[in-house]
Amino acid sequence: MRPFKYNRPLDLATASNAGTSGSFIAGGTNLLDLMKCDVEQPSQLVDLNHLGLGSISETADGGLELGALATNTTTAYHPIVQERYPILSRAILAGASPQLRNKATNGGNLLQRTRCPYFFDTDSPCNKRVPGSGCPAKEGYSKLHAILGASDSCIATHPSDMCVALRALDATIRVSGPHGERRIEFADFHRLPGDQPEIETSLEKGEVITAILLPADGFADNFAYFKVRERASYAFALVSVAAVARLEGNQLKEGRVALGGVAAKPWRDLEAESLLCDQPCNAETFGNFADALLQSAKTYPGNRFKVPMARAAIVRALSEATHLNQL
Amino acid sequence: MPETSGSPLPEPIPITLKINGSSHSIEVRPWSTLLDVLRDHIHLTDTKIGCDHGQCGACTILLNGQRINSCLSLAVMHNGDEITTIGGIADCENLHPLQQAFIKHDALQCGYCTPGQICSAIGLVSEGHAKSREDIRELMSGNLCRCGAYTNIVDAIEEVMRSESSTT
Repeated sequence: MRPFKYNRPLDLATASNAGTSGSFIAGGTNLLDLMKCDVEQPSQLVDLNHLGLGSISETADGGLELGALATNTTTAYHPIVQERYPILSRAILAGASPQLRNKATNGGNLLQRTRCPYFFDTDSPCNKRVPGSGCPAKEGYSKLHAILGASDSCIATHPSDMCVALRALDATIRVSGPHGERRIEFADFHRLPGDQPEIETSLEKGEVITAILLPADGFADNFAYFKVRERASYAFALVSVAAVARLEGNQLKEGRVALGGVAAKPWRDLEAESLLCDQPCNAETFGNFADALLQSAKTYPGNRFKVPMARAAIVRALSEATHLNQL
Repeated sequence: MPETSGSPLPEPIPITLKINGSSHSIEVRPWSTLLDVLRDHIHLTDTKIGCDHGQCGACTILLNGQRINSCLSLAVMHNGDEITTIGGIADCENLHPLQQAFIKHDALQCGYCTPGQICSAIGLVSEGHAKSREDIRELMSGNLCRCGAYTNIVDAIEEVMRSESSTT
């Protein structure tokens, strides 16, 4: 690692101010790795661990507030998360290893950088790391790469499992920065690459994520998180699916599906989801929905398999969420 | 040695770590990881350096009782914390039950991953989330063994897990 200064602010205002010229660190499990690889070269680290943002508590509107500094482990095994938001617990536990989850925080999980090998390899061009230098993934190794929402500049994916569940649950992010506090809808938090793949979120300089807010409905009766990866545990998703549903008898009233491993952000298609409204729960409904969602998919030589894989994973996750095989 | 960029290096920062029951007051640069400090500053080489990127689990230690990758933790962020390494788990002459079980079940070949495996297994048992062999395999996935001693590692952990749950 290159030398850097270390700063341990004790209040948010000081942290925000320091963050305009340094990098925030919470668990550090991704950032320190990137610093060892020389992908990140901060001159100063601003340690957020002394700001008191680690609690998990119920909110007045019946939802749940997840402190940004609560660890992934604490969150996944929290009794309220397990009982009312089991899809979130399932998704968190599908990611990383126990050691990493013990350190990794909720805020940091949102801000993970891509696992694209060209992004990690400083000898290689990468538009995300060095804007304008090129993207070798399109013609090269693209197994982990996007089939939806990518651009000519970048086909990297966001690696989080947790975020896929948060997108299905319609979470909100609370941030605090030099201009005060604001809330960001989860859908608007991560950005698609466009021609500026180096800008990955809608956070402004100095803004600190303080909490993730879950709405009251956690879809605890009808959910599934299904992850496809190259080994049984401790691997990033080729495709993952978070599915939640609202049922009346065998009739689907609402279905939400977020995909991981296929785009620069957890992917949802609200127009396609209208095909899940007031429909019978069956493989045809789910297949039609998957086809509509994947209609705009664009593949590369190394990831053509992802379209049929995503289709099958979506149908399977929706079947599990609606208990189709038990009907 | 890290590269210098022309500006003077930040001053070392004094911290205190309690390691295997003993207090160590040292001065560290901000970029020293807990793994660096254990091995290079305090000369406790029982914790192993594997990938140095959080992928193999060889450097697993217990931080305030929780298993973490010491290679992805800055020492300066852990002032006052309590660390247990493989060297601190035995009770005087008596090996820790997991050490005994690893020997009994032949749960190692070259032994390089073993300190991390055992520290990780201590974390697994105390967390209490594993109920089956499948759970053990899932919750030990952060520790790689290139010799492939996995089956015997699971045997050793399962035995200790079952005996702990029957005595508590």
